[in-house]
Amino acid sequence: MHASFETSFADALLNADRPIPCGITAHNAAVPARRFAVYRNNVVVGLGKALKARFPAVEKIVGEEFFAAMARVFVTEQPPRSPLLATYGDSFPAFIAAFEPARELPYLADVSRLEAARTRSYHAADATPVGGDHFAALDADAVGDIRIKMHPSAEVVRSAYPIVTIWAMNSGEQELAPIEDWRGEDAVIARPYLEVEVRALPPGGAAFLLALAAGRRLGEAAEAALADDPHFDLTCNLAGLIGSGLVRDIVFPEPKSCQQP
Amino acid sequence: MFRTSSLPACTGVGFKPAHFRDILAAPQPVGFFEVHAENYMGAGGPPHAQLGALRERYALSVHGVGLSIGAMRPLDQDHLERLKVLCDRYAPESFSEHLAWSSHDDIYLNDLLPLPYTQQTLARVAEHIDQVQTALGRQMLLENPSTYICFSESTIPEVDFLAEISKRTGCGLLLDINNVFVSAKNHGTQPLPYLDSFPLDRVKEIHLGGHDEETDDAGAPLLIDSHGSPISEAVWTLYAHVIARTGAIATLIEWDNDVPDWPTLRAEAVTAQNILSDASRASAA
Repeated sequence: MHASFETSFADALLNADRPIPCGITAHNAAVPARRFAVYRNNVVVGLGKALKARFPAVEKIVGEEFFAAMARVFVTEQPPRSPLLATYGDSFPAFIAAFEPARELPYLADVSRLEAARTRSYHAADATPVGGDHFAALDADAVGDIRIKMHPSAEVVRSAYPIVTIWAMNSGEQELAPIEDWRGEDAVIARPYLEVEVRALPPGGAAFLLALAAGRRLGEAAEAALADDPHFDLTCNLAGLIGSGLVRDIVFPEPKSCQQP
Repeated sequence: MFRTSSLPACTGVGFKPAHFRDILAAPQPVGFFEVHAENYMGAGGPPHAQLGALRERYALSVHGVGLSIGAMRPLDQDHLERLKVLCDRYAPESFSEHLAWSSHDDIYLNDLLPLPYTQQTLARVAEHIDQVQTALGRQMLLENPSTYICFSESTIPEVDFLAEISKRTGCGLLLDINNVFVSAKNHGTQPLPYLDSFPLDRVKEIHLGGHDEETDDAGAPLLIDSHGSPISEAVWTLYAHVIARTGAIATLIEWDNDVPDWPTLRAEAVTAQNILSDASRASAA
Protein backbone atom coordinates (compact mmCIF):
# COMPACT_ATOMS: atom_id res chain seq x y z
CA MET A 1 0.00 0.00 0.00
CA HIS A 2 1.47 3.29 -1.10
CA ALA A 3 -0.01 5.38 1.76
CA SER A 4 1.71 3.35 4.50
CA PHE A 5 4.81 3.39 2.37
CA GLU A 6 4.74 7.20 2.44
CA THR A 7 4.52 7.04 6.23
CA SER A 8 7.65 4.92 6.54
CA PHE A 9 9.43 7.09 3.96
CA ALA A 10 8.54 10.32 5.80
CA ASP A 11 9.51 8.85 9.19
CA ALA A 12 12.88 7.75 7.85
CA LEU A 13 13.50 11.23 6.41
CA LEU A 14 13.15 12.96 9.75
CA ASN A 15 14.79 10.23 11.86
CA ALA A 16 18.28 9.46 10.61
CA ASP A 17 18.52 6.38 12.87
CA ARG A 18 15.53 4.67 11.20
CA PRO A 19 16.40 2.13 8.49
CA ILE A 20 15.48 3.16 4.96
CA PRO A 21 12.07 1.79 3.95
CA CYS A 22 11.74 -1.59 2.22
CA GLY A 23 11.14 -1.50 -1.50
CA ILE A 24 13.63 1.28 -2.20
CA THR A 25 16.15 0.10 -4.74
CA ALA A 26 18.99 1.20 -6.96
CA HIS A 27 20.49 -0.47 -10.02
CA ASN A 28 23.85 -0.83 -8.28
CA ALA A 29 23.05 -1.30 -4.58
CA ALA A 30 20.78 -3.60 -2.58
CA VAL A 31 20.22 -1.03 0.19
CA PRO A 32 20.93 2.42 -1.29
CA ALA A 33 21.50 4.24 1.99
CA ARG A 34 23.63 7.01 0.51
CA ARG A 35 21.04 7.68 -2.14
CA PHE A 36 18.29 7.86 0.46
CA ALA A 37 20.51 10.21 2.46
CA VAL A 38 20.21 12.77 -0.36
CA TYR A 39 16.51 13.10 0.48
CA ARG A 40 17.23 13.24 4.22
CA ASN A 41 19.77 15.96 3.60
CA ASN A 42 17.43 17.91 1.32
CA VAL A 43 14.71 17.91 3.97
CA VAL A 44 16.76 18.68 7.08
CA VAL A 45 19.32 21.02 5.52
CA GLY A 46 16.66 22.71 3.38
CA LEU A 47 14.48 23.49 6.37
CA GLY A 48 17.56 24.62 8.29
CA LYS A 49 18.25 27.07 5.46
CA ALA A 50 14.71 28.41 5.74
CA LEU A 51 15.35 29.13 9.44
CA LYS A 52 18.73 30.67 8.65
CA ALA A 53 17.04 33.01 6.18
CA ARG A 54 14.49 34.06 8.78
CA PHE A 55 16.86 34.37 11.77
CA PRO A 56 20.14 35.79 10.41
CA ALA A 57 20.99 37.81 13.56
CA VAL A 58 20.51 34.74 15.76
CA GLU A 59 22.88 32.86 13.46
CA LYS A 60 25.41 35.71 13.61
CA ILE A 61 25.29 35.66 17.42
CA VAL A 62 25.75 31.90 17.89
CA GLY A 63 27.79 31.15 14.77
CA GLU A 64 26.99 29.00 11.74
CA GLU A 65 27.84 25.67 13.29
CA PHE A 66 25.84 26.16 16.49
CA PHE A 67 22.89 27.51 14.53
CA ALA A 68 22.90 24.57 12.11
CA ALA A 69 22.96 22.11 15.02
CA MET A 70 20.17 23.95 16.84
CA ALA A 71 18.10 24.18 13.64
CA ARG A 72 18.56 20.46 13.03
CA VAL A 73 17.05 19.62 16.41
CA PHE A 74 14.17 22.04 15.87
CA VAL A 75 13.47 20.74 12.35
CA THR A 76 13.23 17.13 13.48
CA GLU A 77 11.16 18.00 16.57
CA GLN A 78 8.89 20.57 14.93
CA PRO A 79 8.81 20.12 11.15
CA PRO A 80 6.65 22.64 9.25
CA ARG A 81 2.90 22.14 9.03
CA SER A 82 2.50 24.34 5.97
CA PRO A 83 4.22 24.72 2.59
CA LEU A 84 4.51 28.46 3.30
CA LEU A 85 8.06 28.45 4.60
CA ALA A 86 7.99 32.18 5.35
CA THR A 87 5.84 31.26 8.35
CA TYR A 88 8.08 28.40 9.46
CA GLY A 89 9.80 29.15 12.74
CA ASP A 90 7.06 31.06 14.57
CA SER A 91 7.71 28.63 17.43
CA PHE A 92 11.51 28.82 17.10
CA PRO A 93 11.79 31.53 19.84
CA ALA A 94 10.00 29.31 22.39
CA PHE A 95 12.25 26.43 21.32
CA ILE A 96 15.38 28.58 21.78
CA ALA A 97 14.19 29.72 25.21
CA ALA A 98 14.11 26.05 26.31
CA PHE A 99 17.22 24.94 24.38
CA GLU A 100 19.73 23.96 27.05
CA PRO A 101 22.95 24.60 25.04
CA ALA A 102 21.81 28.23 24.43
CA ARG A 103 21.22 28.91 28.11
CA GLU A 104 24.28 31.16 28.42
CA LEU A 105 22.63 33.60 26.00
CA PRO A 106 19.41 34.50 27.84
CA TYR A 107 18.61 37.28 25.32
CA LEU A 108 18.78 34.96 22.29
CA ALA A 109 15.10 33.94 22.41
CA ASP A 110 13.99 37.59 22.52
CA VAL A 111 16.23 38.51 19.57
CA SER A 112 14.63 35.62 17.68
CA ARG A 113 11.15 36.97 18.59
CA LEU A 114 12.18 40.26 17.04
CA GLU A 115 13.38 38.51 13.88
CA ALA A 116 10.21 36.39 13.64
CA ALA A 117 8.15 39.58 13.91
CA ARG A 118 10.22 41.17 11.11
CA THR A 119 9.21 38.39 8.68
CA ARG A 120 5.54 38.63 9.63
CA SER A 121 5.73 42.39 9.16
CA TYR A 122 7.43 41.94 5.75
CA HIS A 123 4.57 39.76 4.49
CA ALA A 124 1.71 41.57 6.27
CA ALA A 125 -1.12 43.22 4.34
CA ASP A 126 -0.31 46.57 2.73
CA ALA A 127 -2.05 49.69 4.04
CA THR A 128 -1.37 53.41 3.71
CA PRO A 129 -0.64 54.84 7.17
CA VAL A 130 -2.64 57.82 8.42
CA GLY A 131 -0.60 61.03 8.21
CA GLY A 132 0.04 63.60 10.93
CA ASP A 133 -2.48 66.06 9.43
CA HIS A 134 -5.34 63.81 10.55
CA PHE A 135 -4.16 64.15 14.13
CA ALA A 136 -3.61 67.88 13.86
CA ALA A 137 -7.23 68.27 12.77
CA LEU A 138 -8.58 66.41 15.83
CA ASP A 139 -10.68 68.20 18.40
CA ALA A 140 -8.46 68.43 21.51
CA ASP A 141 -11.35 67.48 23.85
CA ALA A 142 -12.12 64.34 21.88
CA VAL A 143 -8.58 63.01 21.54
CA GLY A 144 -8.78 60.86 24.67
CA ASP A 145 -11.82 59.04 23.31
CA ILE A 146 -10.45 58.01 19.93
CA ARG A 147 -9.30 54.49 19.22
CA ILE A 148 -6.39 53.64 16.95
CA LYS A 149 -6.48 50.85 14.41
CA MET A 150 -2.86 49.78 14.18
CA HIS A 151 -1.11 49.17 10.88
CA PRO A 152 -1.35 45.46 9.89
CA SER A 153 2.45 45.17 9.84
CA ALA A 154 3.00 46.56 13.36
CA GLU A 155 4.17 44.30 16.20
CA VAL A 156 5.62 44.98 19.64
CA VAL A 157 8.29 42.78 21.21
CA ARG A 158 9.13 43.47 24.87
CA SER A 159 12.37 42.33 26.43
CA ALA A 160 14.36 42.55 29.65
CA TYR A 161 17.48 42.67 27.40
CA PRO A 162 18.72 45.33 24.95
CA ILE A 163 17.36 43.37 21.98
CA VAL A 164 17.10 46.26 19.56
CA THR A 165 20.76 47.15 20.06
CA ILE A 166 21.85 43.49 19.92
CA TRP A 167 19.79 42.90 16.78
CA ALA A 168 21.13 46.08 15.12
CA MET A 169 24.73 45.09 15.88
CA ASN A 170 24.22 41.62 14.43
CA SER A 171 22.39 42.63 11.29
CA GLY A 172 24.77 45.26 9.97
CA GLU A 173 22.60 48.18 11.12
CA GLN A 174 25.03 49.25 13.81
CA GLU A 175 28.71 48.61 14.51
CA LEU A 176 29.48 45.70 16.80
CA ALA A 177 30.68 47.09 20.17
CA PRO A 178 30.34 46.36 23.88
CA ILE A 179 26.91 47.49 25.16
CA GLU A 180 27.67 49.91 28.03
CA ASP A 181 24.05 50.62 28.92
CA TRP A 182 22.73 47.07 29.39
CA ARG A 183 19.00 47.45 30.00
CA GLY A 184 15.75 46.09 28.66
CA GLU A 185 14.49 47.38 25.32
CA ASP A 186 11.01 47.10 23.85
CA ALA A 187 10.85 47.03 20.07
CA VAL A 188 8.21 48.08 17.60
CA ILE A 189 8.49 46.42 14.20
CA ALA A 190 6.47 47.81 11.30
CA ARG A 191 6.44 48.12 7.52
CA PRO A 192 4.36 51.21 6.72
CA TYR A 193 5.56 51.05 3.10
CA LEU A 194 8.08 48.57 1.63
CA GLU A 195 10.87 48.62 4.22
CA VAL A 196 10.54 46.84 7.56
CA GLU A 197 11.62 49.22 10.34
CA VAL A 198 12.72 48.27 13.84
CA ARG A 199 12.73 50.90 16.61
CA ALA A 200 13.36 50.89 20.35
CA LEU A 201 10.34 52.29 22.15
CA PRO A 202 10.51 55.06 24.76
CA PRO A 203 9.47 54.34 28.38
CA GLY A 204 5.88 53.06 28.55
CA GLY A 205 5.71 52.97 24.75
CA ALA A 206 5.13 49.23 24.52
CA ALA A 207 2.30 49.29 27.08
CA PHE A 208 0.79 52.25 25.18
CA LEU A 209 0.89 50.50 21.79
CA LEU A 210 -0.33 47.18 23.17
CA ALA A 211 -3.29 48.90 24.87
CA LEU A 212 -4.15 50.70 21.63
CA ALA A 213 -3.81 47.47 19.64
CA ALA A 214 -6.17 45.81 22.14
CA GLY A 215 -8.81 48.44 21.25
CA ARG A 216 -8.50 50.68 24.32
CA ARG A 217 -9.30 54.38 23.96
CA LEU A 218 -6.29 56.70 23.65
CA GLY A 219 -6.87 58.12 27.16
CA GLU A 220 -7.03 54.63 28.65
CA ALA A 221 -3.94 53.56 26.74
CA ALA A 222 -2.03 56.58 28.12
CA GLU A 223 -3.10 55.61 31.67
CA ALA A 224 -1.96 52.04 31.10
CA ALA A 225 1.38 53.33 29.82
CA LEU A 226 1.84 55.61 32.85
CA ALA A 227 1.06 52.69 35.15
CA ASP A 228 3.68 50.65 33.30
CA ASP A 229 6.31 53.38 33.47
CA PRO A 230 5.93 56.76 35.22
CA HIS A 231 8.33 58.30 32.67
CA PHE A 232 5.78 57.78 29.88
CA ASP A 233 5.53 60.93 27.73
CA LEU A 234 2.30 61.12 25.74
CA THR A 235 3.44 63.79 23.28
CA CYS A 236 6.63 61.96 22.41
CA ASN A 237 4.78 58.65 22.01
CA LEU A 238 2.04 60.15 19.86
CA ALA A 239 4.67 61.71 17.61
CA GLY A 240 6.37 58.30 17.33
CA LEU A 241 3.06 56.56 16.64
CA ILE A 242 2.31 58.89 13.73
CA GLY A 243 5.86 59.44 12.51
CA SER A 244 6.59 55.72 12.31
CA GLY A 245 3.46 55.10 10.25
CA LEU A 246 1.92 52.79 12.85
CA VAL A 247 -1.64 54.10 12.46
CA ARG A 248 -3.92 52.41 9.96
CA ASP A 249 -6.99 54.36 10.95
CA ILE A 250 -8.45 56.65 13.62
CA VAL A 251 -11.76 55.45 15.01
CA PHE A 252 -13.98 58.13 16.56
CA PRO A 253 -16.49 57.55 19.33
CA GLU A 254 -19.26 58.50 16.86
CA PRO A 255 -19.68 56.23 13.87
CA LYS A 256 -17.48 58.28 11.56
CA SER A 257 -13.94 57.52 10.54
CA CYS A 258 -11.23 58.74 8.25
CA GLN A 259 -10.52 55.44 6.54
CA GLN A 260 -7.78 55.77 3.98
CA PRO A 261 -8.66 55.07 0.35
CA MET B 1 -13.50 25.90 -20.67
CA PHE B 2 -9.95 25.67 -19.35
CA ARG B 3 -7.46 28.35 -20.09
CA THR B 4 -4.57 26.55 -21.80
CA SER B 5 -0.97 27.11 -20.88
CA SER B 6 0.44 29.75 -23.25
CA LEU B 7 3.98 30.88 -22.47
CA PRO B 8 5.78 32.59 -25.37
CA ALA B 9 8.18 30.25 -27.20
CA CYS B 10 11.31 32.02 -25.97
CA THR B 11 13.59 31.91 -22.94
CA GLY B 12 12.64 32.82 -19.41
CA VAL B 13 14.46 33.06 -16.11
CA GLY B 14 13.53 31.99 -12.58
CA PHE B 15 13.04 35.29 -10.76
CA LYS B 16 15.18 36.08 -7.71
CA PRO B 17 14.44 39.24 -5.68
CA ALA B 18 18.18 40.04 -5.67
CA HIS B 19 17.92 40.73 -9.42
CA PHE B 20 14.85 42.95 -9.27
CA ARG B 21 16.61 46.29 -9.71
CA ASP B 22 18.83 45.03 -12.53
CA ILE B 23 15.87 43.52 -14.33
CA LEU B 24 13.79 46.67 -14.16
CA ALA B 25 16.68 48.98 -15.06
CA ALA B 26 16.50 48.07 -18.76
CA PRO B 27 14.56 45.87 -21.17
CA GLN B 28 15.89 42.31 -20.85
CA PRO B 29 16.42 39.67 -23.55
CA VAL B 30 13.96 37.46 -21.71
CA GLY B 31 10.42 36.49 -22.69
CA PHE B 32 9.04 35.50 -19.31
CA PHE B 33 9.82 35.10 -15.63
CA GLU B 34 8.91 32.17 -13.46
CA VAL B 35 8.25 32.37 -9.72
CA HIS B 36 7.69 29.74 -7.04
CA ALA B 37 4.05 30.09 -6.06
CA GLU B 38 4.66 29.58 -2.33
CA ASN B 39 6.86 32.71 -2.12
CA TYR B 40 3.89 34.90 -3.07
CA MET B 41 1.24 33.68 -0.68
CA GLY B 42 1.73 36.33 1.99
CA ALA B 43 -0.81 39.13 2.30
CA GLY B 44 1.35 41.98 0.99
CA GLY B 45 4.79 43.55 1.11
CA PRO B 46 7.74 43.60 -1.29
CA PRO B 47 7.07 40.15 -2.86
CA HIS B 48 3.76 41.31 -4.31
CA ALA B 49 5.11 44.76 -5.21
CA GLN B 50 7.91 43.12 -7.21
CA LEU B 51 5.74 40.47 -8.83
CA GLY B 52 3.21 43.12 -9.85
CA ALA B 53 5.95 45.20 -11.51
CA LEU B 54 7.35 42.15 -13.33
CA ARG B 55 3.90 41.02 -14.42
CA GLU B 56 3.27 44.41 -16.06
CA ARG B 57 6.35 43.98 -18.25
CA TYR B 58 6.75 40.23 -18.90
CA ALA B 59 4.84 37.02 -19.39
CA LEU B 60 4.62 35.02 -16.16
CA SER B 61 4.88 31.38 -15.18
CA VAL B 62 3.75 30.35 -11.69
CA HIS B 63 5.54 27.19 -10.59
CA GLY B 64 4.28 25.41 -7.48
CA VAL B 65 6.54 23.38 -5.22
CA GLY B 66 4.20 22.56 -2.33
CA LEU B 67 0.99 20.99 -3.61
CA SER B 68 2.17 17.38 -3.17
CA ILE B 69 0.29 16.08 -6.20
CA GLY B 70 2.07 12.73 -6.04
CA ALA B 71 0.92 11.92 -2.50
CA MET B 72 -1.80 9.37 -1.76
CA ARG B 73 -3.44 11.72 0.74
CA PRO B 74 -6.04 14.18 -0.55
CA LEU B 75 -4.81 17.53 -1.87
CA ASP B 76 -4.58 20.31 0.71
CA GLN B 77 -7.69 22.32 -0.19
CA ASP B 78 -6.41 25.43 1.63
CA HIS B 79 -3.27 25.34 -0.45
CA LEU B 80 -5.25 24.83 -3.64
CA GLU B 81 -7.34 27.88 -2.71
CA ARG B 82 -4.16 29.92 -2.16
CA LEU B 83 -2.97 28.88 -5.63
CA LYS B 84 -6.29 29.95 -7.09
CA VAL B 85 -6.06 33.37 -5.42
CA LEU B 86 -2.53 33.81 -6.78
CA CYS B 87 -3.45 32.72 -10.32
CA ASP B 88 -6.58 34.89 -10.32
CA ARG B 89 -4.56 37.89 -9.15
CA TYR B 90 -1.66 37.65 -11.62
CA ALA B 91 -3.28 35.70 -14.50
CA PRO B 92 -0.03 33.89 -15.38
CA GLU B 93 0.42 32.40 -18.85
CA SER B 94 1.21 29.09 -17.20
CA PHE B 95 0.88 27.17 -13.94
CA SER B 96 3.02 24.10 -13.33
CA GLU B 97 3.72 21.61 -10.55
CA HIS B 98 5.77 18.45 -10.00
CA LEU B 99 5.28 14.71 -10.28
CA ALA B 100 6.33 14.34 -6.65
CA TRP B 101 5.04 14.48 -3.10
CA SER B 102 6.21 16.87 -0.41
CA SER B 103 3.74 16.59 2.46
CA HIS B 104 2.76 13.70 4.68
CA ASP B 105 -0.11 13.84 7.16
CA ASP B 106 0.14 17.49 8.14
CA ILE B 107 3.93 17.71 7.85
CA TYR B 108 5.50 19.64 4.99
CA LEU B 109 8.80 17.95 4.09
CA ASN B 110 10.07 20.68 1.75
CA ASP B 111 11.49 18.34 -0.87
CA LEU B 112 10.20 16.86 -4.12
CA LEU B 113 9.97 13.21 -3.13
CA PRO B 114 9.67 10.33 -5.61
CA LEU B 115 6.72 7.97 -5.98
CA PRO B 116 6.39 4.45 -7.34
CA TYR B 117 4.83 4.26 -10.79
CA THR B 118 1.87 1.87 -10.57
CA GLN B 119 -1.73 1.82 -11.81
CA GLN B 120 -2.74 2.86 -8.30
CA THR B 121 -0.48 5.93 -8.15
CA LEU B 122 -1.32 6.82 -11.73
CA ALA B 123 -5.03 6.92 -10.91
CA ARG B 124 -4.34 9.01 -7.81
CA VAL B 125 -2.14 11.57 -9.58
CA ALA B 126 -4.65 11.87 -12.43
CA GLU B 127 -7.41 12.49 -9.88
CA HIS B 128 -5.32 15.21 -8.20
CA ILE B 129 -4.54 16.91 -11.49
CA ASP B 130 -8.23 16.92 -12.41
CA GLN B 131 -8.93 18.66 -9.10
CA VAL B 132 -6.20 21.25 -9.68
CA GLN B 133 -7.33 22.05 -13.22
CA THR B 134 -10.96 22.28 -12.13
CA ALA B 135 -10.13 24.52 -9.16
CA LEU B 136 -7.87 26.84 -11.14
CA GLY B 137 -9.98 26.79 -14.29
CA ARG B 138 -6.86 26.26 -16.33
CA GLN B 139 -4.60 23.61 -17.79
CA MET B 140 -1.58 22.82 -15.65
CA LEU B 141 1.82 21.48 -16.66
CA LEU B 142 3.32 18.50 -14.86
CA GLU B 143 7.12 18.30 -14.50
CA ASN B 144 9.17 15.11 -14.73
CA PRO B 145 11.26 14.59 -11.56
CA SER B 146 14.93 14.06 -10.88
CA THR B 147 15.33 10.96 -8.72
CA TYR B 148 18.02 9.21 -6.71
CA ILE B 149 16.25 5.91 -5.97
CA CYS B 150 13.84 3.46 -7.59
CA PHE B 151 10.97 1.41 -6.19
CA SER B 152 10.63 -2.34 -6.47
CA GLU B 153 6.84 -1.94 -6.82
CA SER B 154 7.05 0.33 -9.89
CA THR B 155 5.53 -1.29 -12.97
CA ILE B 156 5.25 1.62 -15.42
CA PRO B 157 8.18 3.43 -17.09
CA GLU B 158 8.27 7.12 -16.14
CA VAL B 159 7.71 8.35 -19.70
CA ASP B 160 4.64 6.12 -20.09
CA PHE B 161 3.36 7.27 -16.71
CA LEU B 162 3.62 10.95 -17.72
CA ALA B 163 2.13 10.32 -21.17
CA GLU B 164 -0.85 8.50 -19.67
CA ILE B 165 -1.42 11.24 -17.05
CA SER B 166 -1.39 13.85 -19.79
CA LYS B 167 -3.77 11.80 -21.92
CA ARG B 168 -6.23 11.18 -19.08
CA THR B 169 -6.28 14.73 -17.68
CA GLY B 170 -5.40 16.96 -20.62
CA CYS B 171 -2.56 18.49 -18.63
CA GLY B 172 0.51 19.68 -20.48
CA LEU B 173 4.02 18.52 -19.60
CA LEU B 174 7.00 20.47 -18.37
CA LEU B 175 10.12 18.72 -19.58
CA ASP B 176 13.08 19.32 -17.28
CA ILE B 177 16.06 18.20 -19.36
CA ASN B 178 18.48 18.48 -16.45
CA ASN B 179 16.18 16.14 -14.49
CA VAL B 180 16.22 13.69 -17.41
CA PHE B 181 20.02 13.75 -17.47
CA VAL B 182 20.38 13.49 -13.67
CA SER B 183 17.91 10.58 -13.39
CA ALA B 184 19.41 8.69 -16.33
CA LYS B 185 22.94 8.95 -14.92
CA ASN B 186 21.69 7.97 -11.46
CA HIS B 187 19.82 4.91 -12.69
CA GLY B 188 22.36 3.71 -15.22
CA THR B 189 20.14 4.46 -18.22
CA GLN B 190 20.50 6.76 -21.24
CA PRO B 191 18.85 10.17 -21.55
CA LEU B 192 18.40 10.08 -25.33
CA PRO B 193 16.01 7.10 -25.51
CA TYR B 194 14.04 8.70 -22.68
CA LEU B 195 13.74 11.95 -24.64
CA ASP B 196 12.98 10.15 -27.88
CA SER B 197 10.06 8.30 -26.30
CA PHE B 198 8.81 11.38 -24.39
CA PRO B 199 5.45 12.73 -25.65
CA LEU B 200 7.06 15.94 -26.93
CA ASP B 201 3.78 17.12 -28.48
CA ARG B 202 2.48 17.57 -24.91
CA VAL B 203 5.46 19.69 -23.80
CA LYS B 204 4.60 23.37 -23.20
CA GLU B 205 7.73 24.35 -21.29
CA ILE B 206 11.31 23.17 -20.83
CA HIS B 207 13.45 23.62 -17.71
CA LEU B 208 17.24 23.81 -17.78
CA GLY B 209 19.37 23.95 -14.63
CA GLY B 210 22.66 22.91 -13.14
CA HIS B 211 23.51 19.82 -11.08
CA ASP B 212 26.22 18.70 -8.65
CA GLU B 213 27.99 15.40 -8.36
CA GLU B 214 28.32 13.22 -5.27
CA THR B 215 29.08 9.53 -4.82
CA ASP B 216 26.54 6.73 -4.33
CA ASP B 217 26.63 3.50 -2.28
CA ALA B 218 28.68 1.69 -4.94
CA GLY B 219 31.20 4.53 -5.23
CA ALA B 220 29.71 5.61 -8.56
CA PRO B 221 28.85 9.24 -9.38
CA LEU B 222 25.45 10.37 -8.09
CA LEU B 223 24.13 13.54 -9.70
CA ILE B 224 22.23 15.96 -7.49
CA ASP B 225 19.60 18.30 -8.95
CA SER B 226 20.94 21.33 -7.07
CA HIS B 227 20.16 24.31 -9.35
CA GLY B 228 23.30 25.96 -8.07
CA SER B 229 25.66 26.04 -11.06
CA PRO B 230 25.77 26.64 -14.83
CA ILE B 231 23.94 24.25 -17.13
CA SER B 232 26.25 21.39 -18.12
CA GLU B 233 27.46 20.83 -21.69
CA ALA B 234 25.66 17.47 -21.80
CA VAL B 235 22.35 19.12 -20.92
CA TRP B 236 22.84 21.84 -23.57
CA THR B 237 23.43 19.09 -26.14
CA LEU B 238 20.26 17.23 -25.13
CA TYR B 239 18.36 20.52 -25.23
CA ALA B 240 19.51 21.27 -28.78
CA HIS B 241 18.49 17.70 -29.72
CA VAL B 242 14.97 18.22 -28.36
CA ILE B 243 14.52 21.69 -29.88
CA ALA B 244 15.66 20.42 -33.28
CA ARG B 245 12.75 17.98 -33.11
CA THR B 246 10.08 20.20 -31.60
CA GLY B 247 10.89 23.70 -32.79
CA ALA B 248 10.90 26.59 -30.32
CA ILE B 249 9.35 25.92 -26.89
CA ALA B 250 9.27 28.22 -23.84
CA THR B 251 12.51 27.47 -21.98
CA LEU B 252 13.36 28.41 -18.42
CA ILE B 253 16.79 28.84 -16.84
CA GLU B 254 16.59 27.72 -13.19
CA TRP B 255 19.27 28.84 -10.72
CA ASP B 256 18.00 28.69 -7.14
CA ASN B 257 21.11 28.23 -4.98
CA ASP B 258 24.36 30.22 -4.93
CA VAL B 259 22.47 32.63 -7.18
CA PRO B 260 24.85 34.47 -9.54
CA ASP B 261 24.63 38.11 -10.60
CA TRP B 262 22.04 39.06 -13.18
CA PRO B 263 24.46 39.30 -16.18
CA THR B 264 25.61 35.69 -15.56
CA LEU B 265 22.06 34.43 -15.44
CA ARG B 266 21.04 36.51 -18.43
CA ALA B 267 23.96 35.02 -20.41
CA GLU B 268 22.54 31.52 -19.80
CA ALA B 269 19.19 32.73 -21.10
CA VAL B 270 20.86 34.18 -24.21
CA THR B 271 22.60 30.84 -24.88
CA ALA B 272 19.22 29.09 -24.78
CA GLN B 273 17.66 31.79 -26.92
CA ASN B 274 20.32 31.27 -29.60
CA ILE B 275 19.42 27.58 -29.76
CA LEU B 276 15.72 28.47 -30.02
CA SER B 277 16.38 31.05 -32.72
CA ASP B 278 18.47 28.56 -34.74
CA ALA B 279 15.57 26.12 -34.59
CA SER B 280 13.12 28.79 -35.75
CA ARG B 281 15.37 29.74 -38.68
CA ALA B 282 15.85 26.07 -39.63
CA SER B 283 12.11 25.44 -39.66
CA ALA B 284 11.48 28.63 -41.69
CA ALA B 285 14.13 27.68 -44.28
